[in-house]
This record gives sequence, C-alpha cells and structure tokens, in this order.
Amino acid sequence: MAETIHPDALKALILEAMPDAQVIVNVYSGDDHFELEVVSSAFEGKSRIAQHKMVYAALGDNMRQAIHALALKTRAA
Amino acid sequence: MSDSILEQIDGVVKGNDVVLFMKGTPQMPQCGFSQQISAILTGYGVPYAAVNVLLDPGVRQGIKDYADWPTIPQVYIKGEFVGGCDIVNEMHANGELGDLLKPLQDK
Repeated sequence: MAETIHPDALKALILEAMPDAQVIVNVYSGDDHFELEVVSSAFEGKSRIAQHKMVYAALGDNMRQAIHALALKTRAA
Repeated sequence: MSDSILEQIDGVVKGNDVVLFMKGTPQMPQCGFSQQISAILTGYGVPYAAVNVLLDPGVRQGIKDYADWPTIPQVYIKGEFVGGCDIVNEMHANGELGDLLKPLQDK
C-alpha cells in the first residue's frame, strides 16, 4: 500500500516553507489526488514556473510518493 | 541518471518547435492531464512532437530531471520549458499560449 498524506500535513509543509501563505487544500479523488491553491508574498516577482517549483520543493519527497496528482494554483499576495 | 538520456531528451526538445512529453499518445492518452494538454495543442493546429514517457522508464524519470519539474505532462516551445498541466491550461485560457503558438501555425 502506498503512503498517504493528510491534507492538513500538506498544508503544514507549505506553511513551513512560506509562513505567510494562505493555503487551500482539496482532495478530489481517493486520498492521493489534491488540488492546492497557495497565495504568498514569497511569489512576488517570480514566474509561474518558479512559483510552482517552490511549492514542489516544499512538498519534497511527497511529490514522488504520497501525491499521485496535484492541481496547483499559485499567486503572490 | 545516464547523461545519454538527458542528451537524447535535449535533442528532441531543441529539434522541434513544440514538444509534449506525455503518458500515452495524442490518439490514446493514458492520463487525464496528458489528454487535456494534447487536446489543447492539437486544437491550435500546430505540429508538435509527442513523446510517450511510458515507453521508457529512463525518459520518464529523465524528463523530470531535465526540467527540474516533478510531473508529466510537460510542454516545450522553441526549446524552452513552458509548463506542466496547470500552467499550460492557464496560458491557454488567457491567450498567452495562442500568442506563443501563432507564429508556428501555417508552416
């Protein structure tokens, strides 16, 4: 059985990397398909690719293990 | 990761105006996200090279290292990584993708 991650744990990982972030997590299929909306001043002046990479970095190994699919929306505060 | 796979990927990315790395093929996509993006690209009437990453585990991992991007699909235009599913969808909706692809139509 694959590892799973609770939506609250996902949110906590984002907040660890971006303390001012507003994070909305939705689970839309089973327990490994997530929809994530992140608003943070840390994204200011960054390209969308850079913004998404920051979120991926915050999620670390979970991107390879507990998260099967992630729909991601980011914007600066 | 063997360098030859990254070189191979680089050759495909640089050798085609538009490249889509996807799961499955445009005719038979194996993942909803890959299907969405191939349908969007097909809709612009621009020729694109579609690479089915499921055929080669080396490429499937290699493309993630190449772009430093953890997910598939991935779209490249004129040798540049443009984005994954979410970004390309957004660019399709706001017209940016059309602006990038317009010069490549009718060739």
